Amino acid sequence: MKAFTTHSGLVAPMDRANVDTDMIIPKQFLKSIKRSGFGPNLFDAVRYLDEGQPGRDNSQRPLNPDFPLNWPRYKGASILLARGNFGCGSSREHAPWALEDYGFRVVIAPSYADIFYNNCFKTGLLPIVLDDKIVDKLFADLESHEGYSLDIDLEAQVVIDSQGERFSFEVDEFRKTCLLEGLDEIGLTLKQGDAIKKFEQSWRQQSPWLFDVIC
Amino acid sequence: MAGKTLYDKLWESHLVSESGDGSALLYIDRHLLHEVTSPQAFEGLRIAGRKPWRIDANLATPDHNVPTEAAERAGGVASIADEISRIQVATLDDNCADFGIVEHKINDAGQGIVHVIGPEQGATLPGMTVVCGDSHTATHGALGALAHGIGTSEVEHVLATQCLVAQKMKNMLIRVDGELGLGVTPKDVVLAIIGKIGTAGGNGHAIEFGGQVFADMSMEGRMTVCNMAIEAGARVGMVAVDEKTIDYVKGRQYSPSEALWDQAVAHWQTLHSDADAVFDSVVTFEGGAIEPQVSWGTSPEMVLPVGGRVPNPAQARDAAQREGIERALHYMGLKPDMAITDIAVDRVFIGSCTNSRIEDLRAAAVVAQGRTVAGSVKQVLVVPGSQAVKVQAESEGLDKIFIAAGMEWREPGCSMCLAMNADKLGSGEHCASTSNRNFEGRQGNGGRTHLVSPAMAAAAAVAGHFVDVRELMAEKVAS
Ligand code: SF4
Repeated sequence: MKAFTTHSGLVAPMDRANVDTDMIIPKQFLKSIKRSGFGPNLFDAVRYLDEGQPGRDNSQRPLNPDFPLNWPRYKGASILLARGNFGCGSSREHAPWALEDYGFRVVIAPSYADIFYNNCFKTGLLPIVLDDKIVDKLFADLESHEGYSLDIDLEAQVVIDSQGERFSFEVDEFRKTCLLEGLDEIGLTLKQGDAIKKFEQSWRQQSPWLFDVIC
Repeated sequence: MAGKTLYDKLWESHLVSESGDGSALLYIDRHLLHEVTSPQAFEGLRIAGRKPWRIDANLATPDHNVPTEAAERAGGVASIADEISRIQVATLDDNCADFGIVEHKINDAGQGIVHVIGPEQGATLPGMTVVCGDSHTATHGALGALAHGIGTSEVEHVLATQCLVAQKMKNMLIRVDGELGLGVTPKDVVLAIIGKIGTAGGNGHAIEFGGQVFADMSMEGRMTVCNMAIEAGARVGMVAVDEKTIDYVKGRQYSPSEALWDQAVAHWQTLHSDADAVFDSVVTFEGGAIEPQVSWGTSPEMVLPVGGRVPNPAQARDAAQREGIERALHYMGLKPDMAITDIAVDRVFIGSCTNSRIEDLRAAAVVAQGRTVAGSVKQVLVVPGSQAVKVQAESEGLDKIFIAAGMEWREPGCSMCLAMNADKLGSGEHCASTSNRNFEGRQGNGGRTHLVSPAMAAAAAVAGHFVDVRELMAEKVAS
């Protein structure tokens, strides 16, 4: 997992409440044997005018001109500004995978569905909770300024806008450390790599018949 | 201090570290892989630039998606008609080749259902921790191993670290005393257990099966029982190591030999619960009272002796139970109070990781021999659990018995257990099935599954409806 310390990026809006994981990545894409490559189908049903299917060339599909992510001014955005209860519905981990694959590293919203919130950290995506009023203000600023971007400092737990205004946010200490060090669950276990090796050596001595047999 | 249970011993011997919050890092000896739950795990490794921790701990084979018809099977991966199935099997081949993991490919001599080939090849041994991205991994507990299913992100975790983050379960003993009657099989024992303790009965527990019935039971029978621990709500089912276990393991492909064999046996002989071990819960059964079982509903706990009658919702103890019975009867197309033996079957499936080993096929063949499938039955599939089982069965002439009776003899795989390949039930069809799950749609949309033993399945095939296999056995003795 990529470490997350600070991030500066263009902001794009997803201006509706209760965006569910099926809207983030529709169920027909779950048949895939992959966990990457979901970016082109992020928000598929609202992003394109036709119905998406796995394996299709998305570059040839008609785009929905009313969907902000399709507008040139939001091209290359890496921070998604969203509304309350973002990521509700099915627990699919494909939702954060799709956001991350598209290029997002941060989501800002007044609240999230629990499982989605948890899954974000596993993918290296930072879900930031800011107060409703602040989110309203960010939406207003975003709309009136083309090229609107934000700076995020995870260590200091603060979002900074181009005027220098700072909005602090909460994040659980453990998850923060994992993100700062780029540790997913596997990375965390591998921090105990020496203990695993030590165990393995003595286990090999005790039960040598369990080793080097299937090769 | 109280003695230790088998589970305590297996847990403690694999403990790498413990954290204050009750979770622990458990070392994994054997990781079995198949095509359905591994692709994203391998890709996760690639994305993170990681390698498997210990290649020789892994063994892979395709089973869930492989076609079982000889013609479709003959061309290997390329001839799998369904595109998604083909891609999954091909992806497993690619991933195993890339990462250097030993794989028994679709038509290799070692291919089969993961839970059949593990014990068969000595790839799962007593005292091991065994995991696989499949809930029926409990099967391997029959050898006195700590074995359970894991999810795809855990598959990746085990590949990368050789460890699992785990929480210790509670200990449960299910003791079956006495002796089983003639015609009563391990499948009937486990169905009767689930019928009594319910599908949540073992939640949070590791179940040890003990008592005279399991001491007398063959290793394959113990596998059938442990396989369905998950249907009783427990991720782990196991049986203590005894002489039968050690005899079974001897001489298998990946089993130790010579000096290592003696060393291993000395260790394995300690793998039983101490006499003064304390279990969190104990349930006992009288083996002689268990009869052949048939499930009538849409959960494995909805099961009855073959002489029973389908429940009447009016007799339910509360509203929730009444509603459950009504829903199940409606889905299954059954009437309250009808005799189990009045339920007609449309198809019969003999196979799955529960009942596709050689003893299962022999038990079905004994019933099928000299009889023919009833005219009302559309199809009877007999699907061996592995290539080795298939070869053995053919050498004993079992395939000829099945074919002569009007049954289809297929290639090894999961087949109609979960209908991921072409073997499926039609909507509304009743199936006598030796598999482990009778959930709605499990064997095909609208399909109606009745869980039974191999002998009972063969009996239903020849009668066209459920029948007490003991009657057919008596007939044979008389003639
Ligand atoms: S036979 Fe059925 S239960 Fe067993 S592994 Fe295959 S699909 Fe799962």
